[in-house]
Amino acid sequence: MMAPVLEIVGVSKRFGTNLANDGISLSLAKGEIVALLGENGAGKTTLMSILFGHYVPDSGEVLIDGTALPPGKPRAAIRAGIGMVHQHFSLAPNLTVLENVTTGTESLWSLRSRRTEARAKLLDIAQRFGLSVDPDARLGDLSVGEQQRVEILKALYNDARILVLDEPTAVLTQAEAETLFSTLKVMARQGLSLIFISHKLDEVMATADRIVVLRGGRHVADRKASETSKAELAELLVGRSVSRPVRGAATPGETVLEAAAVSVRHQGVDTLKAVDFRLRAGEVLGIIGVSGNGQGVLAQLLSGTISRTSGDILLFGKPVDHLSVGDVVAAGIGRIPEDRNKEGAIGEMAIWENAILERLPNYATYGLVDRAGGMRFAGDIIAQFDVRGGTPATRTRLLSGGNMQKLILGRNLINRPRILLAAQPARGLDEGAVAAVHERILEARKAGTAVLLISEDLDEVMALADRIQAIVGGRLSPPIRNEDADRQRLGLMMAGEWHPEVTHAV
Amino acid sequence: MRFERREHRPLALVIATPILAIVAALAISGVLIAIAGAPVLEAYWRILKSAFGSRLSVTETLTRATPLMLTGLAAAVAFRARLWNIGAEGQLYLGAIIVAAASSHLLGGLPPIIQIPALLVLGAIAGMVLLLVPLWLRLRFSVDEVVTTLLLNFVAVLFVSMLIDTVLKDPAAFGWPQSQSVADGAMLPKLLSRSRLHLGLAIAVVLALLLHFVQSRTVFGLQSRAAGLNPQAAVFAGVPLGRTLVGVACISGGLAGLAGAVEVMGVKGYVTTDLSPGYGYSGIVVAMLANLHPLGVVLAALFTATMFVGADGMSRSMGIPSYIADLTVSLSLLTMLVALFFTQYRIRR
Amino acid sequence: MTAVFDILASAGLWAAVLRIATPLILGTLGALLCERAGVLNLGIEGIMTFGAMIGWLSVYNGADLWTGLLIAAVAGAVFGALHALLTVTLGLSQHVSGLGVTLFASSLSYFLFRLLVPVAGTPPTIEPFQPIAISGLSDLPFIGPALFAQTPPTYLAILIALVMAYMLFRTPLGLAIRMTGENPHAAEAQGINPMAIRYGAVMAGSALMGMAGAFLTLSAFNSFFPTMVQGRGWICIALVVFSSWRPGRALLGALLFAFFDSFQLRLQTTLGGAVPYQLFLMIPYILSIAALAIMARRARVPQALMQPYRRGER
Repeated sequence: MMAPVLEIVGVSKRFGTNLANDGISLSLAKGEIVALLGENGAGKTTLMSILFGHYVPDSGEVLIDGTALPPGKPRAAIRAGIGMVHQHFSLAPNLTVLENVTTGTESLWSLRSRRTEARAKLLDIAQRFGLSVDPDARLGDLSVGEQQRVEILKALYNDARILVLDEPTAVLTQAEAETLFSTLKVMARQGLSLIFISHKLDEVMATADRIVVLRGGRHVADRKASETSKAELAELLVGRSVSRPVRGAATPGETVLEAAAVSVRHQGVDTLKAVDFRLRAGEVLGIIGVSGNGQGVLAQLLSGTISRTSGDILLFGKPVDHLSVGDVVAAGIGRIPEDRNKEGAIGEMAIWENAILERLPNYATYGLVDRAGGMRFAGDIIAQFDVRGGTPATRTRLLSGGNMQKLILGRNLINRPRILLAAQPARGLDEGAVAAVHERILEARKAGTAVLLISEDLDEVMALADRIQAIVGGRLSPPIRNEDADRQRLGLMMAGEWHPEVTHAV
Repeated sequence: MRFERREHRPLALVIATPILAIVAALAISGVLIAIAGAPVLEAYWRILKSAFGSRLSVTETLTRATPLMLTGLAAAVAFRARLWNIGAEGQLYLGAIIVAAASSHLLGGLPPIIQIPALLVLGAIAGMVLLLVPLWLRLRFSVDEVVTTLLLNFVAVLFVSMLIDTVLKDPAAFGWPQSQSVADGAMLPKLLSRSRLHLGLAIAVVLALLLHFVQSRTVFGLQSRAAGLNPQAAVFAGVPLGRTLVGVACISGGLAGLAGAVEVMGVKGYVTTDLSPGYGYSGIVVAMLANLHPLGVVLAALFTATMFVGADGMSRSMGIPSYIADLTVSLSLLTMLVALFFTQYRIRR
Repeated sequence: MTAVFDILASAGLWAAVLRIATPLILGTLGALLCERAGVLNLGIEGIMTFGAMIGWLSVYNGADLWTGLLIAAVAGAVFGALHALLTVTLGLSQHVSGLGVTLFASSLSYFLFRLLVPVAGTPPTIEPFQPIAISGLSDLPFIGPALFAQTPPTYLAILIALVMAYMLFRTPLGLAIRMTGENPHAAEAQGINPMAIRYGAVMAGSALMGMAGAFLTLSAFNSFFPTMVQGRGWICIALVVFSSWRPGRALLGALLFAFFDSFQLRLQTTLGGAVPYQLFLMIPYILSIAALAIMARRARVPQALMQPYRRGER
């Protein structure tokens, strides 16, 4: 075997009391694709930040072609040929593609940008790897898939020989993801070395030559893709066999929420187009889709923060007009927002304040806040939903992500809501917390709550939902039954291809 | 070197923050006093003596603190909801001129028991109206209210200047641009005889207590705090953002307008364009020194008034320009910002 | 109506436009540079005041006019460094820090002026910059006096606008500044140090603000008095939005603004006592507010404006 292009030797990094990386070693050969597999918090991001010079490791080193890289110097990493494709793109929407790519590639004190040469080089690289793109387009006008292409081109433009991709398929449609994988293979054939970070077993098995598994900051396994299986990887990933709760049979009751041809138009753009769905008591309806296809708007609409432009909504059989947040909460609808930190809770406020903020009418007399009642309510949530790390008076910011989500779940579920809107309820949580959240949702379903689950995670939807609809470009597919769903079919639905015959299926 | 967020803020640290900030500001000003060639400690001693050395000076300091408390409260309540009202100066002038106009032309004949409350309300309303304009521009056109409130300060002062030069001009003022005086029945009762100290101080302190109660105990207080800390989450929780901000603007603008009304009705009796030596802007410093806490505003206003009154006296006897007061006060805003930072973060290598 | 026409036909109007525009051009460019890197600099009003004072004071104490201008620029950069320390290093609220810098710089100006210049009945004066007539061109009707008989700092201001437009859109440094104002994380990922860029932009921008102030005392007038900046700084902040963060449009915006201002000044004298002069003086401020209302939603705001950048924090 050839000498490795990249070697990471015994890297450790500690944040406070948390050992994020514990003596991790890794090597990468020329033309090889290595998948870095790990849960949230396994240390993948920290390791890559060290590789890229954003963090200085406490011990260990990074070798490129056998030469040690100076730690904590992003510029040196770029010069050594390391390129990074971030999960959250590092791009500026207001600048052009060419500007995004060429930033920082010339001496800052040069008196003129060499734009003609830059454009030629960009087009040349684009052609070589089949990544076509218009250099003068404003980046913000491009689709997500195209933006990712720019992100890759940016790395290649810097003559990257080692490319690191952080969860590259998280924001892509199935079709876009497949294009990406074939591009990655082309790049490997042309002699680039790639590391791609993922927690999706399917794509790891399909694309990588070799798979490195991290868990709890440690390197736990290094397998050739041909010599391992999904089952083995799953166990290595979690370290034990974590059993997610199993969905029992559904006993759906009457329809509690129904939408007929509901549309939303915002600033001249149709974000929701004639959407139909029916939600029954005691069932979970899953809405699956790639981020940015209107599921956010749907969640906002049903949460009461925006209103519809046309169409009818029937709540418990009665047509309703515009719903405010107050109406929604008063009607017994629980809401789990997509983004905990941005929408779900205010970090600088106390836990009890966050517990009652959306139901202030119940905790106020003559405009005065019932502090004692709020404290009791928060205390009940903490006790019943096992929120750890705080008392009712603690600032909410001090809770961990999982515990904050338990608080949000608790304030919605403690009073047995008739409907629960759950948008990405398990996003960014570790495996244990995911299982807990899923268990609570299935419990509510068993107790007769109608659950609308909006998710981007196929596994989550298949594990929880009784019926599944896909959302694409603001349109909602007809529902299919869980028993009829498999990954391939859902993938097609998420790409907007739903078969006419399923229209009458349910 | 990196900054790391503190998990807990010890109460002692929070209380010590403004004191440390003021000490730091005094130390930096001290350097300038030394450069000016005067003995630093003696200068500060004289400032203290001029502000508190006699019955008269104590009442003067308290009189000076009164409008500062009101503009400080105006800034504190607005900043807490992330409404950047920098227009207290203009709101103050508008409140003042409405009071002068109403008392000299309309309400002058009414008995004080009716006239005084009516005028105070009018002054507050004038301030509210002037702040609702930039708030409307923000909600309707997304215009940053910092710049619009700042610009409106100039418009308001010019408007006042126009009125006291024309329709409201006092013919007995020997050609000076000065408004007609308010009726005798409009003057606020004195709190102490043989002084300028008037009922306005009591009003300001009561309002500070009231505001503290509103912010800590009421639904409106909780909602306006949520709106300031995280508007998106507040909307998700059903806080009516627009209505809450309008409420906050009414309180903030009203307090600033009241400051103008109280200054006319308690001290001057008429309006000139130098009615306020920047009370509106100093109010921002007062609010920040108080860490936006209404009760802290009372203390911070006292410090600021001490500097202003004391520096006047010290300046006469020592030849240091009285601008040293402005300098120290503005420095204390900067040092307070830095001190506040270190209550939230610690330095880590 | 004829009065309006007479004003428009007077050469004096057009000569005044550039003179009135100069501090606005410099101030707006300064604020624009800071904001392009992602930092709102509300210190502008105070920095202009200090520039006016220190520039004048230097000349009053024997420095030549260009040295005075340079000292004002350096002083501006020092206050810029202070603002950057608060907003870039510590990541504090750019609103409050900027106001703090304005209050501090203004009161320091008044303090030093009162300390170093004895109180007198009439304010002491200096010999300001004289107009330089560009031979041949300055004799043209209207255009001549308007464009080619200005003081040197005016020509310099126009030159700076052109240089800044080139720098921002045609050089790697300009791209780095814009990227820092749009997405500092992306800038850092490309090996640029966003902190250094922000420090540099704020200090250079503040230097321009200092020069804007010095123009008032060294060219437009010949003495310093408190409150002479009169909200020009805030108008510059509004003009930055109006210009959509483009130096060329900032130049045009400042000229347009100055045109209205000098027009109202002349209208004021023509209409005399019929209309209170304060109404005319309000026009610039109201125009600025109107410009903000019109442009605020259309303008492409730098995406990272007012967002502190901390390494490793998203």
